[in-house]
Amino acid sequence: MTAEKHIEVQDLRLAYGTKEVIHGISFDIYRNEIFGVIGPAQSAKTSLLRCLNRTIDFSAEATVSGTVKVDGEDVRRVKDLYGLRRKIGMVAPLPVGLPISIYDNVAFAPRCAGMTRNGELDNIVEQCLRQAALWDEVKDRLDSLGTKLSGGQQQRLTIARALSHQPEILCLDEFSIAIDPVTTMRIEDVLKELRKNMTIILVTNLTQQARRLADRTMFLWNGEIIELDSNEVIFSDKTKDKRTYDYVMGIFG
Amino acid sequence: MTVPDSKQPANFSFAVREAHRPAWAVFGERTLTGLIYLCGISAIVFVLSIFVFVFKEAAPVLFGGKFSLAQFLFSTEWYPTSEVNKRYGVLAMIVGTFSVTGVAMVIAVPFGLGAAIYISEFCGPKVKETLKIVIELLAAIPSVVWGFIGLTVMSKLIVQYTGAPVGVNILNGGIILALMSVPIIVSIGEDALKAVPDSFREAGIALGATRWQLIWRVLMPAAKNGLLAAVLLGVGRGVGETMAVLMATGHAVHIPSGILDSVRTLTANIAAELGEAPAGSDHYRVLFLTGVLLFTLTFAVNLIADLIVRGIRKK
Amino acid sequence: MNRDPKTMFTETPLVRSKFRQEAAAKWIFAGMAAAMIVPLLLILGYLVERAWPSLSLGFILDVPIRGMKEGGIWPAFVGTIYLVFISLAVSAPIGILAAVYLNEYAKDNWLNRIINLAVINLAGVPSIVHALFGLGAFVYAAKFGYSIISASLTLAIMTLPVIVASTREALASVPRSFREACWNVGATRWQTIQAIVLPNSISGILTGVILQVSRAAGETAPIMFTGAVFFKAVQKGDLFPYQLHEQCMALSMHLYTISTQVPGVKESIPFATAVVLLGLVLVVNAAAITLRVWLRNRKKW
Repeated sequence: MTAEKHIEVQDLRLAYGTKEVIHGISFDIYRNEIFGVIGPAQSAKTSLLRCLNRTIDFSAEATVSGTVKVDGEDVRRVKDLYGLRRKIGMVAPLPVGLPISIYDNVAFAPRCAGMTRNGELDNIVEQCLRQAALWDEVKDRLDSLGTKLSGGQQQRLTIARALSHQPEILCLDEFSIAIDPVTTMRIEDVLKELRKNMTIILVTNLTQQARRLADRTMFLWNGEIIELDSNEVIFSDKTKDKRTYDYVMGIFG
Repeated sequence: MTVPDSKQPANFSFAVREAHRPAWAVFGERTLTGLIYLCGISAIVFVLSIFVFVFKEAAPVLFGGKFSLAQFLFSTEWYPTSEVNKRYGVLAMIVGTFSVTGVAMVIAVPFGLGAAIYISEFCGPKVKETLKIVIELLAAIPSVVWGFIGLTVMSKLIVQYTGAPVGVNILNGGIILALMSVPIIVSIGEDALKAVPDSFREAGIALGATRWQLIWRVLMPAAKNGLLAAVLLGVGRGVGETMAVLMATGHAVHIPSGILDSVRTLTANIAAELGEAPAGSDHYRVLFLTGVLLFTLTFAVNLIADLIVRGIRKK
Repeated sequence: MNRDPKTMFTETPLVRSKFRQEAAAKWIFAGMAAAMIVPLLLILGYLVERAWPSLSLGFILDVPIRGMKEGGIWPAFVGTIYLVFISLAVSAPIGILAAVYLNEYAKDNWLNRIINLAVINLAGVPSIVHALFGLGAFVYAAKFGYSIISASLTLAIMTLPVIVASTREALASVPRSFREACWNVGATRWQTIQAIVLPNSISGILTGVILQVSRAAGETAPIMFTGAVFFKAVQKGDLFPYQLHEQCMALSMHLYTISTQVPGVKESIPFATAVVLLGLVLVVNAAAITLRVWLRNRKKW
């Protein structure tokens, strides 16, 4: 594994109003690895992702301190904020098909970036839908509404949309929460393909999913890192913290 | 499970990353955003300028020296066109406004809240939808048409049934204002009742309460603030209403002795006399001062109603 | 205690009295609702009956004659249309953009709390105070004089807060998750609004604006001292009789004038004028409500 740092997080603190939910955490994510994040609900996993692409800015009462660097650049000093967001693909827990056509759903991000040539857009739409394992199901009805797809299809549409702006980093936030196991397995296969090109952050409440896919896994609990290590350590009895072992084994959480 | 379509090589061109929005699009968006911010603060500008402009016209008489605010508020003598002894006391109009609004509320509050309770608690979805639409249409009837109804239909009925010498009086204005305020009271009241969680109702029914008991003991207390806000907004509407009371209450500037007396309200007074007051005269300025008084009154009433409504939403 | 399954659920006197109370409650409240609505329907029916001798298409298209004692209402009808469209042409864009600001851009800070307060209080300002403002600001300070422009601008400020409120409601009905999905792929706020928020709320926004058509058409006090005039000579059926800097007649004002200021008007004429104004307002409102119901039934998510 290359040890080039892709994301560096230093002493990140996040508070909503007066309630601090992330208590000064630091970690690095390397290029082209799958980085698993596990932890029980309310352990600020989603908030952490929102700090990466700065959509946390849209929460009026949130205050962030510490630094997050993507490609060595502090996200809070970044010149092209929208470029930063396009560099990071984000897949939310619940599938969101936008109420526009399937084609427009995928072409939305490139269009926002300023890409207007139809040939290129067609190409991107097809490529992304194929990568998200959705192309065969929707290729004949690209004009129908994204909201009319089934839950599993919408989730893959969301992934296609996250890939449409050709990100270097793909964040998946409990992507399997709303879809069936078969689709989950298909998407997991897709992720194994994608890792050749990008860094993947896999936030999941299924510890086994992290075990199957991730290279390293971080155990986050109540806004603190309990343990961060390679999968061989986390998913074994060699964990440094007993709580990690207990959580992974299903004793608590 | 075979996944044929995902086996495509991920062919990344990074064309999106190199794409740029044309300069005119970026500039256009920036301009538009500026415009949106500007429109956003326009509401403040308008409210302030309403106050400033109305106050500006009133100020010369207010600070002119000859004028006494106490006399303005507490005297019933209104002789704006008198040659020798001009008097500008609006107490009679203040009493007029509140007596008409009071009568209106006495009628509108029980019936409005009753209708709100019926819509929210008793009727089926079809009836509910229909009633809400009818009430919305009621709210749309222009105030001048209400005034016309008061002048023609209601005054005749009042003369016929009460034997009053004139049909345009407090009662007439009160009934018309009541009908006008009902839509507001019903819709806000219904919102307040809707905000009471169903678990309250279920708990009440599970304890064997009848609907009466449910309404009196559970819903009324729980929706108390919302219903109060509904009434306050009705009062705000009543105090500010112009055309209907201008046409339906008659034009007597005096302290009424009963609900069959004619009165003149603050609003009607402005509407009736502004046309004849020469711009810049004391009379004209006193009418603007009445406007300041009305603005302040309704501002206070609406502010309190809003604070109450907001208090409910926070819960 | 009665444990016999056959009689366990039969009515006891207590249960029967409860049922009676229940039914009584229902009828009393239904009666209260009806007491507000039925008399009104009767009154409206009475208005139409009294207006009947004059009601015809010719009445709308004719001009008033013999000192407004006879004839039609064409100048007032056209004047109302002028005032409504000009005022909404001003207030709709400002109101919609203000609502976009409040719903999409504003953070929860003191400035925006003051803006909210201002919108609410603007909605509560009495119409006669709007009239005073229009007189002071547009007629005198801005030197527009008594004109269609002054009257329309006064009406525009009056309708503004309601347009802001209805537009906000329409915008808020678009789920936040759609916006977040857009932000996540690097869309700017405006791109998000333009691509997702506005297309999915435009119907609600339009409904709100249409409702203001009827409100603006019915208002009298704000135009009385800013641009509406008792009488103005106009050609029969002329579609463009007014200039913007001139005064105009208006239906609402006309109704007030002929019913209180002009003696000896033919009896059915004020009634017919009221019915036309009422009909105009109710037709526009019914159209808006129909539009809303129809749109509600074809939601995209």
